[in-house]
Amino acid sequence: MLETNMTPLLLSLKVALVSTLIVFVFGMLFARFMTKKSFFGKHVLESLFLLPLVLPPTVVGFGLLLLFGKNGPLGKLLDEWFGITVVFTLTGAVIASIVVSFPLMYQSAVAAFTGVDRRLEDAARTMGASEWRLFWTVVFPLAWPGLLVGFVLSFARGLGEFGATLMLAGYLPGRTDTIPVAIYFAVEAGQMEKALFWVVIIVALGMGTTLWLNWWSRRNVRRFANQK
Amino acid sequence: MLTVAIQKQLPDFLLDIEFCLNDEIVVLFGPSGSGKTTILNSIAGLITPDSGRIQLGDSCFYEQGKKPLPVQKRNVGYLFQDYALFPHMTVEQNIRYGLKPGSGLHLASLLATVGIDHLVQKYPHQLSGGQKQRVALVRALATEPDILLLDEPLSALDADTRRECQDELLRLHERWKIPFLLVTHDRDEANKLADVILTLDNGKLIQQNKSRGAKLIPSL
Repeated sequence: MLETNMTPLLLSLKVALVSTLIVFVFGMLFARFMTKKSFFGKHVLESLFLLPLVLPPTVVGFGLLLLFGKNGPLGKLLDEWFGITVVFTLTGAVIASIVVSFPLMYQSAVAAFTGVDRRLEDAARTMGASEWRLFWTVVFPLAWPGLLVGFVLSFARGLGEFGATLMLAGYLPGRTDTIPVAIYFAVEAGQMEKALFWVVIIVALGMGTTLWLNWWSRRNVRRFANQK
Repeated sequence: MLTVAIQKQLPDFLLDIEFCLNDEIVVLFGPSGSGKTTILNSIAGLITPDSGRIQLGDSCFYEQGKKPLPVQKRNVGYLFQDYALFPHMTVEQNIRYGLKPGSGLHLASLLATVGIDHLVQKYPHQLSGGQKQRVALVRALATEPDILLLDEPLSALDADTRRECQDELLRLHERWKIPFLLVTHDRDEANKLADVILTLDNGKLIQQNKSRGAKLIPSL
């Protein structure tokens, strides 16, 4: 057991962390935009954002393969402009993780922003605050508990992503074998001990995150309830 | 001088009003849903009228067909009905939020005038209704506005606190010398505070009374 290669853990953490940071920023941006504006086709766009949540991961992976494959429109562009290959690389795993965890961050952020009283924004504006300043000083701090929930959910989802990752990044030991993928191939090869080792690790990670989030949000709900 | 002549279609009626005010306390009086708050929001720039014109001194806030002046550039103080204090900031942070850089405003004396100088480190949830009202008032004045809008500022207070706050408003107005435009549906309050009372019904001005203490026609 001791000589078990730890790369799946490192790869998983790396993929989940990078994708979560990206998802956090863009999920927040889109959520802020969507809660402030109304325009033609908004509901269609919103459904599109949430689509990865309801589609089988294999379908998402298939779509990503079409987009980012060697002859896919985005894959071609990335290759020609930046020399980046997506298929069978860690970048592919990050992209898969971004796409499946985006809806979670987006939904959490929309709920968080909707929960911030519009009057407070108006008050800040009448006091001369720019949109940028009022976002960072009023909206963000008040939406923070909900945004953090989105962050943690996205991280957990990214950590556990399997289907789309396997289709886009494949299984290259030492390069793209995140924990869920490693578990699958360990079982396939009859290495039950190795599989169990990773199962324990990922359960511990998942339990740890949700426990912490629960504790944190309970503490926060109390704090915010007092401030109403 | 503030000149307001605007029209806006609201769900139940057309708001169509025209008035101007100098450095006096003007009360917009009328039943709930008669368009009072809509007028304040139009002046502050939180909503845009359908047509007309709003001008304060040399600065044109809104004119039909032109781009309205952004809220941030209007220099309007707004005291919201529910005060809209930032719950995550202390009283001091709330008040300093709109302070202009290099402002010569003497905050401490302003805080002392309304008797909240001992509350600066408290959070809004630790304040009573009357204290919140005073904080919101100081916060609105701390931006050194050219006009102060007050949306039913005293409606949530008990009778005694209400009287105190009314006196305070009169004192502050004396000192500040800017137009105060106050919305209320309380007849006594209107009579006590107003230099001019504009009575509103279904989006139209139906009466205009000059001079403080002017009595409203009881049937209105």
